[in-house]
Amino acid sequence: MISNHHESPVSSLSKPPFANALSRRRFLQVAATASGGLVLSLSMPFTAEAAEGESFQPNAFITVGGDGRIVLTMPYVEMGQGTYTSIPMLIAEELEVDLKRVDLEHAPPNEKFYVNPLLGVQATGNSNAIRGAWEPMRNAGAVARTMLVAAAAKRWAVDPATCHAESGEAVHAPTGRRLGYGELAAEAARMPVPTSIELKRPQDFKLIGTPAKRLDTPAKVNGTALYGIDARPPGVKVATLTQSPVFGGRVKSVDAAAAKAINGVRQIVQLDDAVAVVADHMGAAKKGLEALVIEWDEGQHAKLDTAAILGELEQATLNPGAVAQSIGDADGAMAGAAIKVEANYQVPFLAHATMEPMNCTVHVRGDGCEIWVGNQALARVQAAAAETAGLPLHKVVVHNHLIGGGFGRRLEADGVVRAVEIAKQVDGPVKVVWTREEDIQHDMYRPMFFDRLSAGLDARGMPVAWKNHFAGSSILARWLPPAFSNGLDPDTTEGAIHLVYDLPNLHVEYVRVEPPGIPTAFWRSVGPSHNVFVTESFMDELATAAKQDPVSYRLALLDKTPRAKAVLALAAEKAGWGQKLPSRAGRGISIQNAFASYMAHVAEVEVADDGAVRVRRVVCAVDCGTVVNPDTVKAQVQSAVMFGITAALYGEITLKDGRVEQTNFDTYQILRMDEAPAVEVHIVQSTEAPGGMGEAGTSCIVPAVTNAIFAATGKRLRKLPVDPAVLKREG
Amino acid sequence: MVATIKVNGVPQAVDVDDDTPLLWVLRDVLGMTGTKFGCGLALCGACTVHVDGVATRSCITPIDSIGDSEVTTIEAVGATEAGAKIQTAWLDREVVQCGYCQSGQIMSASALVASNPHPTDDEINEAMSGNICRCGTYVRIREAIKLAAAI
Repeated sequence: MISNHHESPVSSLSKPPFANALSRRRFLQVAATASGGLVLSLSMPFTAEAAEGESFQPNAFITVGGDGRIVLTMPYVEMGQGTYTSIPMLIAEELEVDLKRVDLEHAPPNEKFYVNPLLGVQATGNSNAIRGAWEPMRNAGAVARTMLVAAAAKRWAVDPATCHAESGEAVHAPTGRRLGYGELAAEAARMPVPTSIELKRPQDFKLIGTPAKRLDTPAKVNGTALYGIDARPPGVKVATLTQSPVFGGRVKSVDAAAAKAINGVRQIVQLDDAVAVVADHMGAAKKGLEALVIEWDEGQHAKLDTAAILGELEQATLNPGAVAQSIGDADGAMAGAAIKVEANYQVPFLAHATMEPMNCTVHVRGDGCEIWVGNQALARVQAAAAETAGLPLHKVVVHNHLIGGGFGRRLEADGVVRAVEIAKQVDGPVKVVWTREEDIQHDMYRPMFFDRLSAGLDARGMPVAWKNHFAGSSILARWLPPAFSNGLDPDTTEGAIHLVYDLPNLHVEYVRVEPPGIPTAFWRSVGPSHNVFVTESFMDELATAAKQDPVSYRLALLDKTPRAKAVLALAAEKAGWGQKLPSRAGRGISIQNAFASYMAHVAEVEVADDGAVRVRRVVCAVDCGTVVNPDTVKAQVQSAVMFGITAALYGEITLKDGRVEQTNFDTYQILRMDEAPAVEVHIVQSTEAPGGMGEAGTSCIVPAVTNAIFAATGKRLRKLPVDPAVLKREG
Repeated sequence: MVATIKVNGVPQAVDVDDDTPLLWVLRDVLGMTGTKFGCGLALCGACTVHVDGVATRSCITPIDSIGDSEVTTIEAVGATEAGAKIQTAWLDREVVQCGYCQSGQIMSASALVASNPHPTDDEINEAMSGNICRCGTYVRIREAIKLAAAI
């Protein structure tokens, strides 16, 4: 039975959610008792640790309506990565329904029900939606299927073992009887929840592994898809703001006379460290903002600049750090090495620059607060809003939306806090929209890092010692404090330790240094965004020192990681590694195991006489385990490659006099159509559990590009972004 | 000032300052949120609409410059021949990821195909390089434009 409520499976996401204001609890009670439907709350292990004990918590909800509609309340958010298709695929596969019959609704904030099993909080990030959902969601579908079939068997008075599910119906094959899920829903709800279920065998998958069409695309091509910035509760005003241009500064005085005189401006809201203009529309709000005369107390960071921060990081790498990984005796092996190689690397602060600028709509009433936003961590949003509004948690209702680019920026609630601070002073709902300038200058940035590398090679040129000592911010120490212990966290070090290579003596130390005043945050490909550039560049340096080909040098070190070896060999073969290229053109390779996926990239670049770099072609081989939607895997690689090349060639946030110097897309450039390389993606067939794919390609492409630049010019780049000045043709 | 502009064939009277960008009139005054805000300086193309069929950055187009011209937005571009082809091709090639920039991409691509039914790669670059996609869907945008040209 095809739903007659919606033209497209996710069309509900393009309708304003105001009618949906019933609390989740009430909705579930109603659905379970009065609607003739089957609602499943699934007991799933909270974490691997919890699975061994007694503590089981509900994790997701499927509703099978009396009309046969399947509604999946989605605990993961859609920000482009395809979760609103791939996760319904898992449910639909086990439930034996057409993917188009699964309707979605955004899960509300509820840390208990909608926890991400890999993070332990309600959040979508670190490329773990599919990894986290792979078993729970298939189990969810299988439980629902088992109960529906059992209900049919009971009605027919036959053995359930003689029945099966097919195309949204329970079937009794011996007699040819069929009953639709809608007709069975109410009875299924009264069946005992099975204590054991049988998941489909991979060879029986009809949907998993096929390039299913995305469910969110139709609304996104006709303008009806609703993002947070599109929320328009009745009577909403639009505000824009300016925060202290120097991090940590305060408002000293505001002259708002000229701003108030602007047609459409309704109110000026002054906060300790920001000023907002509330207006009938954003045009008036922006004009009002420009008319404000604000004097700032710039505070202690007024003289801060990037060079000073870098100097502090560099110094910190001379101090002892926390040992992230140590194998064998790196110092001893180094002392006896035939060749020694040393190099220092650095990466800059980076902004997220999501296409949808930061925004949040808030209505603070005496007895509660309602929020419209697109965010990756909804429970965090609710908690931050409750604290700022001075309300109990249950008085804060949050409507999540499609996300116009997350990349880690929307794992944070700073924009929600700002909006609530403003809304507390506004009568009625207010939509706070950041200008692009504000978005870039008050982002929370991918941290800057400094890395001190050294290696010892034996007489054949193979590495016998590897040392890495690096310093920078730990995001997890702030974001999820329990994840930071003994001076380490699993994100900051990912890609610097547990390398794919067989290295007999390795020692990696990390020193946590938080930059003064500058907020840092997760950025697409997180820890590996920095570490893979460093390790894969340095591995290339070792191949050069050993006078060996970068691919064959790496292959010789990969015997213990066959999946890594296979993707490296495949990428090299498909890219035509070794074939001649013109002068000042080159190929570079990189390999990575991160987010539980193996990947190798070959980048082909051309370097113009003036030093300008053009990436012409990228070949990627990926083994991400079982593939749920191969088209999404390809799309994510294509996407991640552009994101990584943007960072490699252009990405840099700098500070001068405590201020971010970049403002908009002219000074914070993003790769454009005319610069985009061709991207080929080759997927290795695998039956391993699925790995994450949203981020992996971003970290892996960066060293492939800089290694290719080395091949083209002989210039080793140890600092990002690429500086064309050092690549000019000499003579 | 009260001005009347024609949006998707419908005259709309709006009371805003003459220099108010068309983008905010569409989104905040008329409630047509398909057209997106990205940069405010015509640097990213997210706000692209058609003014008399020409791809135009609505974030820097003052309302008083519209006059009697026909404004077409993403909400109605599917009613044009080129717009329908582009939307069909976008679905076929599964271009979209986060989707936020795609209204602008589709408006730029529709204007291109309407004026140049069989664009070359260089012509696609020329027409589309003003539209940033942070998800990097460029490979598929190019394929989809070529597919639309073949429909």
